[in-house]
Amino acid sequence: MTAAVVVETLVKAAIVILGLLTGFAYLTLFERKVQARLQQRYGPNRVGPFGLLQPAADGLKLMFKSQAPPAGRDHLLYLLAPMLSMSAALAAFAIVPISGPGRITLFGHAIGWYVMNVNIGVLWYFAVTSMGVYGIFLAGWASNNKYSLLGALRSSAQMISYEMALGLSLVPVFILAGSFSLVDIVNAQRTWWFFIPLFPAFILYLIAGIAETNRAPFDLPEAETELVAGYHTEYSGMRFALFYMAEYINMITVSSIAAVIFLGGWWGPFGILPGPWWFLLKVVLFLYLYVWLRATLPRVRYDRLMALGWKSLLPLSLIMMMATAVVVVAAQR
Amino acid sequence: MLSDYFPLLIFLGAVVLFGLLALFLPAFLAGSRQSAAKDLPYECGIVPRSTARRRFSVSFYLTAMLFIIFDVEAIFIYPWAVILHGLRWFGIAEMGIFVAILLVALAYIWKKGALEWGS
Repeated sequence: MTAAVVVETLVKAAIVILGLLTGFAYLTLFERKVQARLQQRYGPNRVGPFGLLQPAADGLKLMFKSQAPPAGRDHLLYLLAPMLSMSAALAAFAIVPISGPGRITLFGHAIGWYVMNVNIGVLWYFAVTSMGVYGIFLAGWASNNKYSLLGALRSSAQMISYEMALGLSLVPVFILAGSFSLVDIVNAQRTWWFFIPLFPAFILYLIAGIAETNRAPFDLPEAETELVAGYHTEYSGMRFALFYMAEYINMITVSSIAAVIFLGGWWGPFGILPGPWWFLLKVVLFLYLYVWLRATLPRVRYDRLMALGWKSLLPLSLIMMMATAVVVVAAQR
Repeated sequence: MLSDYFPLLIFLGAVVLFGLLALFLPAFLAGSRQSAAKDLPYECGIVPRSTARRRFSVSFYLTAMLFIIFDVEAIFIYPWAVILHGLRWFGIAEMGIFVAILLVALAYIWKKGALEWGS
């Protein structure tokens, strides 16, 4: 039994990690292509058909780039930071269920489409994404660069501020589903996807999620006009790529959680497509939204960003939570 | 059950292994030519003066403290949300009082100006 679990988990881990890395690679191409089209350009189209080999070329290039670490850095933390960022981003995906219980059975039990299904699912996600803040802050502090430090400070303040709105915006979902496990939450949406009854919470989650991943219009940590590149100014080659990876994998995770919690995960209407395809479709929808927002909206000012998080999203999510609770208990018979 | 978390351990191991690989493999693949000027921290072309680890705005510190206070309270809310079906109006009343106190605290720090930046 134990050996079977070990083998099963190793295979799943390999699939999830490789899948996320491929997803990251093609998300960068997707972003460049979509953004180019929105700006009436073609985007990358030289490497392979439609530029499809561009991510591979970029990856190879980054592997062979020399490092230029700054003098006066903190040697250990400088190396630890990108690793921490990337590990946190990958580990957060462990609880995302891609599909319902599959038909594949091994050693007598059905293989689930997730790395693990635990009763604290969403808590794991919050705990691990908070670890990402350490990666970003340590990177800025260890670099011995003023831009890096400012970017890291902004970024950590922004991430912790929006983490509360992010966490509280999901409480109405826990009330309706009665569980933290993402599999249970998806199963509770068999008839109604949660974004219909909980539309305000859905919008709160999207805003907080975009701010949490430091993406436009909340991409102040890397506001290139004022901070060069923010916390990863002093990172080059593969070490820079780890931060880049972490950012895009976080986008994929936030989109996946949104798809699972609000858009019914693997459930699709009329049963046209198998579950995993529905999941993928919904995730791509959110990723498109990310790119669309980046191509459309200008960056907000820092004080307004913090004001939005603390003065609007936080009270609104608390009120939304109480309103849902009252409606649910009143409807209970 | 504790054995539910066993796959997690293996997954984390695989993740860390990948991170180490990405971190140290380029050291063997990529060239490295260092010089004193190349090693300087980037500062828009001028030679950096003084260390970068300097004092920064107290607002960041305040934000971090407020975060800890409010995030710990969010942790109390989570278990309540899951068992609300059993608590019913008793649960609503309890959480209503708790959230009211939270909102009063938020109003207080708002009034005190702890949420203002650059003024």
